[in-house]
Amino acid sequence: MTVEDVFELTKIDPWFLNNIQDIIALEKKLLGLKGKVPSSDMIAQAKEYGFSDKYLAGLCGMPEPEWRKHRQAHGVRAVYKMVDTCGAEFEAATPYLYSTFEDECEAAPTDRRKIVILGGGPNRIGQGIEFDYCCCHAAFALREIGIESIMVNCNPETVSTDYDTSDRLYFEPLTYEDVMSIVEKENPDGVIVQFGGQTPLKLAVPLEKAGVKIIGTSPDSIDRAENRERFNQVVKKLGLRQPESGTATSYEKTLKIARKLGFPLLIRPSFVLGGRAMDIVYDEDSLKACVDEAIEASGEHPILIDKFLNDATELDVDAISDGQRVIIGGIMEHIEEAGVHSGDSACSIPAVNIKKKVLDEIKRQTKQLALELDVRGLINIQFAVKDDVVYILEVNPRASRTVPFVSKAIGVPLAKLAAKIMAGMTLDELGFTKEIEPTHYAVKEAVFPFLKFPGTDALLGPEMLSTGEVMGISEDFGNAYAKAQMAVGNTLPVQGNVLFSIKDDDKARAVPLARKLNDLGFKVIATKGTCIEFIKHNIPSEFALKVYEGRPNIVDAIINGKIDLIINTTVGKQSIVDSFDIRRNAVDRQIPYVTTIRGAEAVVKAIESLKAQKIKVKPIQLYYKK
Amino acid sequence: MKAVLLLEDGTVFEGQAFGAQGSKCGEVVFNTSMTGYQEILTDPSYHEQIITMTYPLIGNYGTNPEDWESRKVFVSGFIVKENCDYPSNWRNGATLDAYLKKNSVVGLEGIDTRKLVRHIRNEGAMRGIISSDETNPKKLMAQLEAYPGLVGRDIVKKVTVRKPYAWTEGVIEVLSDTQTVPEPKHKVVALDFGMKRNILRLLVSHGCEVTAVPAKTSPEEILALKPDGVFLSNGPGDPAPVTYAAETVKELLGQVPIFGICLGHQILSLALGGSTYKLKFGHRGANHPVKNLKTGKIEITSQNHGFCVDLDSFEGKDVELTHLNLNDNTCEGIRSRKLKAFAVQYHPEASPGPHDSRYLFDDFIELMASK
Repeated sequence: MTVEDVFELTKIDPWFLNNIQDIIALEKKLLGLKGKVPSSDMIAQAKEYGFSDKYLAGLCGMPEPEWRKHRQAHGVRAVYKMVDTCGAEFEAATPYLYSTFEDECEAAPTDRRKIVILGGGPNRIGQGIEFDYCCCHAAFALREIGIESIMVNCNPETVSTDYDTSDRLYFEPLTYEDVMSIVEKENPDGVIVQFGGQTPLKLAVPLEKAGVKIIGTSPDSIDRAENRERFNQVVKKLGLRQPESGTATSYEKTLKIARKLGFPLLIRPSFVLGGRAMDIVYDEDSLKACVDEAIEASGEHPILIDKFLNDATELDVDAISDGQRVIIGGIMEHIEEAGVHSGDSACSIPAVNIKKKVLDEIKRQTKQLALELDVRGLINIQFAVKDDVVYILEVNPRASRTVPFVSKAIGVPLAKLAAKIMAGMTLDELGFTKEIEPTHYAVKEAVFPFLKFPGTDALLGPEMLSTGEVMGISEDFGNAYAKAQMAVGNTLPVQGNVLFSIKDDDKARAVPLARKLNDLGFKVIATKGTCIEFIKHNIPSEFALKVYEGRPNIVDAIINGKIDLIINTTVGKQSIVDSFDIRRNAVDRQIPYVTTIRGAEAVVKAIESLKAQKIKVKPIQLYYKK
Repeated sequence: MKAVLLLEDGTVFEGQAFGAQGSKCGEVVFNTSMTGYQEILTDPSYHEQIITMTYPLIGNYGTNPEDWESRKVFVSGFIVKENCDYPSNWRNGATLDAYLKKNSVVGLEGIDTRKLVRHIRNEGAMRGIISSDETNPKKLMAQLEAYPGLVGRDIVKKVTVRKPYAWTEGVIEVLSDTQTVPEPKHKVVALDFGMKRNILRLLVSHGCEVTAVPAKTSPEEILALKPDGVFLSNGPGDPAPVTYAAETVKELLGQVPIFGICLGHQILSLALGGSTYKLKFGHRGANHPVKNLKTGKIEITSQNHGFCVDLDSFEGKDVELTHLNLNDNTCEGIRSRKLKAFAVQYHPEASPGPHDSRYLFDDFIELMASK
């Protein structure tokens, strides 16, 4: 096929097609060497054309670090050019650099004490702006204690890549190759991998092997938390509990494990972000499709199979440690049940429904884990609580996406403190030696982009979907939750018609909610099964048809503006398909809706609070003062 | 094939050759325009200069038969980071490489142009030799040492026309391929020091009947044509040695309204008793901010000059500063109300560049109409 043919088919400008063809031609030449090491000129050309070290090392059958030395021995090295926005016409002072394979290097490293902060790279769902916040705070903290900050990130829309956030900015991808080049040029006193999410964290071990000094929690500790087998040993050693689990690379093996553990199961690929291709499976019939998808997403890595704790409460803990002392930043109780991705779940500081002795146990385990892993900086742990038993789901030895929320909730800049700890200070020196137990409630709610994507389902699950978050704050949980809902555009009604369509497992819990809403003056409308359940419990309830049951049905009622609040929980593929129109119409018409029973419980508390008192506004600083 | 650039301070840049084969000396300068390379190549003001483009991709839209700013390519050499061999544009007639070959211009690509530009920025514009047939620096240096450079030399005489000519083409609307040519109301004589065609086109489109004359045309000959106004064009090199032009303008001042652009601005300044000096590396590009001191508005302008009018030299004289460069506070425009003469250092005709300053042609028409 010629460039002209491709142009005819795609209408992509031939200029691009020709350039792509040039790159492919060079690739063919490289492949033609059949593993032989290319000449100096060819290496130089390949690097100019943008071939990564990882790819070229693979072609030559070398480990990347070895290839790197080989390439450098041929005199092919990245140089840095300044983004001066004037084509070098004028002398610029913006220390904003990018790499290229050229002649002159414009980077001017100093002799000061300096630390490199690795950012999170491109924003995507699961790796959001929260990490940008942490990186910025790290840069500010280093400046405060007189250390030069060098930011590495390749995302132009972040604040960490503003030219005045750090002392020097390298606008580079977060890969081994690019980070190593910067380290070789700058020779920093340390590199921070904790603040950019999973992307830089994965570089910790290879960077350390190459002699780079990773400050904060050691790469070995990071690996102990990230590597499933090693982590299992940690849990065993400390006598803690996690859901039973297994790993597999085939359907047959998965089935064997499934039969041993029993359903429901959480199936997921390893090493992916934001819960992609993750699913909860309730029976053998739906196992196959789910495993196939997970195996495909997992690539060469095995898939992870966990016993799913049905109806457990999930909690997120962010804590800070200097190796001697561990201080809890905050314990967040998720509003939605375990199984909804932690990034999508609303949560509250402090916890609402967890007993004190369970919270104390969580604190104890957090401290134990942080000390065992010798954490220097931040640690995030996800727990599940079922029948007052605490299970560990996941440990992230890094700043988590909840750090900005916790910091704002308690009025302590955790990311800044963590950066200073990594630079060698102690919690004592920083004056943060006691956990802050707020007397107010701070509720985080996720912002979803459903309105912008017509036709998508608004149902929450293990795969993260949210693209933002808000915080509601008040002395009272219901009020804080109502504020958070209002902030995400889900303004809760104080009167009108509420529609219930509830899955069987949730029906018992829905009854008191319907009763409460009825008492508060709402008219309850429900689909058949739900309606029968309510009437059985003497709750006045109007019957509505489901979509496939005839017309006028519930969707007609939504379209006609008869519904002010929708509570809809579902399970199983067919039920999800049947109720899709309910959720979609709710999104399109911006009618407040809830898709989990626990969410519904919080909503009812919020409505109760809204009826009892008006929303009050006061500056966040006044909350901290108490 | 290899090609090199050798600078007078001994710095060597080695890259690949494109365009014509050969060697040529010139002053090495840089231009920051992202597009407009064909206009730059054919602008006579670049005579005896080796142009480096700071924008890394040049040649993307090829060359065409319309974007000529004069009768031939005037530059001494052309340096780019990456020359595009497969232009993609509906107006494209030939690749840049073919164009340079046909017009005998030596090209050099694949060098670190940013390094070269930084060198010129820091050390100043300097003499250099570009060569694709000789790569030995010693031999090239011998050739380069024989090249005298621009300062103190009259380059205008090398690019001006031999005979007067009438210009009748107006500004062409590219998309519709039409031009506006109103009925001429004013007779303009343009002194062609190496004039860009778009100035001629704009004058015609503003209702001028234009006769362009050689640089050495005498005041008497000019006045014999009974012009309503005289235009002083752009042109190459150092204005100071072009004494005959300043003398001519001195004679004309007060007798006929005068408008000048670029070298024309410098010549008018010399005629008004001012002086000029050489800038470290000049202004060449399409985004130079200039403040119109009368309106307070900022114009984004196209520029191409290595010499500059000394503001202080007008002290005590009846000359008003009208435009100021905001990058370095240099003189960009002057006027003498009494003598009905004004001029700008930058290029209101653009080609290439923004059209912010076209009102100056209206000002010229108004000045002629008010006599």
